Amino acid sequence: MADAYRIAIVGSGPAGVSAAARAAQLGLSHVLLEKTDHLSDTIYKYQKGKHVMATPSQLVLRSDLDFDAGKREKILGTWDEQAAAAGISVRLNAEVTAITGVQGDFILTLADKSQIRAENIILSIGTQGNPNLLRVPGGHLPHVQYQLDDPGEYVDEHILVIGAGDAGIENAVGLATDPAQRNVVTILNRTADFSRAKDANVKGLFAMRDAGRLTVMPETAPNKVEPGYVTLDTRDGEARIRCDRIIARMGSAAPRGFVESCGAEMVDLEVKGRDGTMSIRKGPKPGTGIVFSSPDREAYPKLSPQFESAVPGIYVIGALAGYPLIKHCMNQGYDAVEFINGNTELKPADEPILENRFKNMPRRRSVDDWLGFLGDNVEILGGLSPLQMREFMLDSDVRAYRIGETVFEKDEPGSSLFAIASGSVEVSLPNGKGIRIPRGSIFGEVGLISGRRRGATIRAAEDSLLVEISRTAALKLMAQVPSAKRVVNRISTERQLLQMFGSGLTPEDLREVTDSAEIMTVRAGQAVIKENDTDTDIYVVRVGSMVVEKSIGGKPVFLSYLPAGSYVGEMAVIDGAPRSATVRAAIKSEVIKLSGEAFRRLIDAKPDLFDKAKKDMAGRQDLNAFVEAKKDSFSTVVDMYSSIANFLVDNGIGEATDVLLIDENLCVGCDNCEKACADSHEGLSRLDREAGRTYAHLHVPTSCRHCEHPHCMADCPPNAIHRGPDGEVFIDDSCIGCGNCQRNCPYGVIRMDKVPPKKPGLLSWLLFGAGPGPGEPDKKWSYKHADPGVEKPKKAIKCDMCSGIEGGPACVRACPTGAAIRVSPERFLTVSKLEKGDA
Amino acid sequence: MAARGVQQLKQVTSQHEGFLRHAGFRWLKIALTVSLLAIVIYAFDDVRPRPNGGSAYGYFLGTVGLLLILWLTMLGVRKRAMTRGRWSLKSWTSAHVYLGLALIVIGTLHTGFQFGWNVHTLAYVLMMLVILSGIYGITAYAALPRALSNNRGETTQTQMLDNLRMIDRQLHDAAQPLDHRHAEMVRMSLDDDPFGGGAWARLTGRYPRCGTRRAQAAVRAETGPNPAIGDDPLEKIDVLLERKEANLARMRQHLRLKALLEVWLYVHVPLTFALIAALFAHVFAVFFYWG
Repeated sequence: MADAYRIAIVGSGPAGVSAAARAAQLGLSHVLLEKTDHLSDTIYKYQKGKHVMATPSQLVLRSDLDFDAGKREKILGTWDEQAAAAGISVRLNAEVTAITGVQGDFILTLADKSQIRAENIILSIGTQGNPNLLRVPGGHLPHVQYQLDDPGEYVDEHILVIGAGDAGIENAVGLATDPAQRNVVTILNRTADFSRAKDANVKGLFAMRDAGRLTVMPETAPNKVEPGYVTLDTRDGEARIRCDRIIARMGSAAPRGFVESCGAEMVDLEVKGRDGTMSIRKGPKPGTGIVFSSPDREAYPKLSPQFESAVPGIYVIGALAGYPLIKHCMNQGYDAVEFINGNTELKPADEPILENRFKNMPRRRSVDDWLGFLGDNVEILGGLSPLQMREFMLDSDVRAYRIGETVFEKDEPGSSLFAIASGSVEVSLPNGKGIRIPRGSIFGEVGLISGRRRGATIRAAEDSLLVEISRTAALKLMAQVPSAKRVVNRISTERQLLQMFGSGLTPEDLREVTDSAEIMTVRAGQAVIKENDTDTDIYVVRVGSMVVEKSIGGKPVFLSYLPAGSYVGEMAVIDGAPRSATVRAAIKSEVIKLSGEAFRRLIDAKPDLFDKAKKDMAGRQDLNAFVEAKKDSFSTVVDMYSSIANFLVDNGIGEATDVLLIDENLCVGCDNCEKACADSHEGLSRLDREAGRTYAHLHVPTSCRHCEHPHCMADCPPNAIHRGPDGEVFIDDSCIGCGNCQRNCPYGVIRMDKVPPKKPGLLSWLLFGAGPGPGEPDKKWSYKHADPGVEKPKKAIKCDMCSGIEGGPACVRACPTGAAIRVSPERFLTVSKLEKGDA
Repeated sequence: MAARGVQQLKQVTSQHEGFLRHAGFRWLKIALTVSLLAIVIYAFDDVRPRPNGGSAYGYFLGTVGLLLILWLTMLGVRKRAMTRGRWSLKSWTSAHVYLGLALIVIGTLHTGFQFGWNVHTLAYVLMMLVILSGIYGITAYAALPRALSNNRGETTQTQMLDNLRMIDRQLHDAAQPLDHRHAEMVRMSLDDDPFGGGAWARLTGRYPRCGTRRAQAAVRAETGPNPAIGDDPLEKIDVLLERKEANLARMRQHLRLKALLEVWLYVHVPLTFALIAALFAHVFAVFFYWG
């Protein structure tokens, strides 16, 4: 006879433990099932002594267990202690392999074939415990492992590391670092390039390879595992090498198959194999089991506001529900148990935050009413579930504007998207006229898409309620709700055309051109227009940037740089001549391709537009003529300029909005820029002057470029990276120190470090030699003078362009010789530099 | 577009001027004007029996000179105090250079060309020495950065040291199969402090007792007569020593250039403090013993 419980909780991470603690507190019969022999395996697997952060800080913790930022050991200790004190019933080493039945009578089958009955189930299994497995003959053998806790444990072994991501490389390097361990380490990479890993890691790996410490095998995959040996498929055929241990680091994914089959009716399904053959396999019948929001790998289960999945009685919380932060998880554990216990009145823990969002609204309504109101009135929010809506509003802001009030000014930096929930706004055009944007629509999408400054001033045309959606929330929205993405793309294309072609045009006039629009992704270096071709299409740069080159004497000469928002290719339509220059992408970009024919008909119908286009064109023709004229007399200068421009574009200046350059004709290497940086920012320098590429004495130091689309923002769990009022990309105090941004930055400009203790003042150093002096204190001094007993967390540190500091970037102000300058690429990459003859 | 380009170009190039050309030689022009004015007034100022520091104009020049020296000294504080505000260290340096040079005129006119073996002339001589060391500094700052950049390419100092350490490790590994006598040769390189030899070696870049060079000479003497068939472990050592030598040359040149860029400050700054001390003695002497 199986045991029967009111609630079975699967997975003992922060969410599961918190749920069990609540159930114990309420006196509900429950069982907490954990696959391993200890609680909270994900946190248990953190490296020893790791500082765990408690974010978001504004969120109140609602759980029977305590949790505060601190060391891994302390947090685990607290939970173990409190779980025992609360009388939680735990079953360790209990891996659930199947869940069947219906609410009130679920049956959980464990790996040891025993069964547990439960009325309700809380799934809090997270996504970490599910590494991608080695699927080759012998892959199940005991010497294949998916985790490496301490590289120092292994001596005298032949070890094979599979997977050349960061985890794999770090493991391989760790195992080979100490020659005294005498390990023979080999690392496999399925492909030839190491693009998935961080540059520094790859370099470290190659250095170890060059020193003969380990072997790197690219384009190689495992084929068969036997005790003591492994067979590999290499580029040149099969190879059998000695191998005592395999460490497989091939990523992890949500255990989707398991989750989908929970409570599902199993039927035979036809499955298409990788080789195209069809086979019959057991699978959940469509419409039964837990439903995910989309077939994407990153999709989450569809849930009710009470975290209930499509199967009544099964609740999904924590990372598996899309909430990776510990506080969220613990709160959801508490909430889910309350809901199961019939407390339907319980408001989510984020209720006070949301109430605060709507506090200053002209009308008083409940949070749920407000969320409903926004969902009904704003086109792009239509497809959101109540739970998604709550989360969306946590990252967004609603504000009331009086008639005539400015929402934002032209040329202001900003990457947020605005939606109009009521009222309407007006776009001010240069000619003094305005365009009305009605209720339900959006604006500000240019800043969102291109990362550039605002294109026009927007004012409220009547009393309005506007939702400001932060860049991350907007991107998340577009990824989750396909209809929202379509709307944003359609509106942005239309607007961009209207803005470019300007006066007197209506969306109706543009209809034919807009309909021909096609959004294309262009990889870095790919040409959209080739010199001397005779096509007539027009391209609008939507994301990224392009460079225009002309071939002179067989060599490409850099003509100009096109930031996002510019258009190119209209000359061919107007004068009918072949293309006069080549246009290629400086970085991975998106362009809108418009039909030249349609555009031809448009300018025929609109003489104003024809004149405007001709005027724009004249400028470019002058430039072409200028370069043609100079090519003999200044050929070396032209060459030099071209190669410098290309060097800068290759180094990411194409996607920069503001970058620090050092003229090495002037730099005396005093490092005062670094010292000034450290002294302006809590004692840590955010720039490495000496590192970085140099060309023709122009040096690009390791320092933030404030990219249009910051790579660092891509995967920040607490959403701590933002673009500030001066266009700077900065990290706020909610950083949890996870290091994702550091790994994602292709330019290596983010460092993880602790804030050093405060130094004595400058005068006491100058007069009495107290403290370490100007600049970043060395590690030894910081260690010696740290507050005893206070463990400061390591946080991500990067350039914030000295925002909020009067006088601007300290590195430039503090350069004694004028070698350090800050520039934006449009200003620097202009061919007119030639006129000075000193490019 | 082209017109806009020219406009932008002006902004860019003004940002891109070095400290000597700062703001279109603004401080050079100011310093020249001040010096010329001082000379003209000196020429027309009829002081009896002869021009000296005790005349009204002499006192004026002395006061200006003293204040100027104190202000010029403040560059050291300005450089290190990262306060907020719209200041630029480049314009400070520019003013420091040109006004410092103007001090030659102001100071010399203040003496009225009266020199002797006393504290007054001591102050003058110290001032001229500080200015001379400063002139060396300007030439070093103008000439050396390019060489420093060319020499290091894209390698940082830390990377250079790491490279050396890596070669040392490889040398150590490669020396394992050698017999004692040959291993001793490799030790000459490994045990050597490649940057020892004091300030002179640092400034000239000459290291006559370089262990790596001696080690290579010894290895070459050994392998020279034998044909290179590729199985002698000493040949590998030879290659590694060659590489170490090339890396050392670059690192030593790097250190030499950095030292040349810094060495004058070890004269300039202490002499400045000596000068200020002498100046106070000079002022004290003038007002309490002469007057």
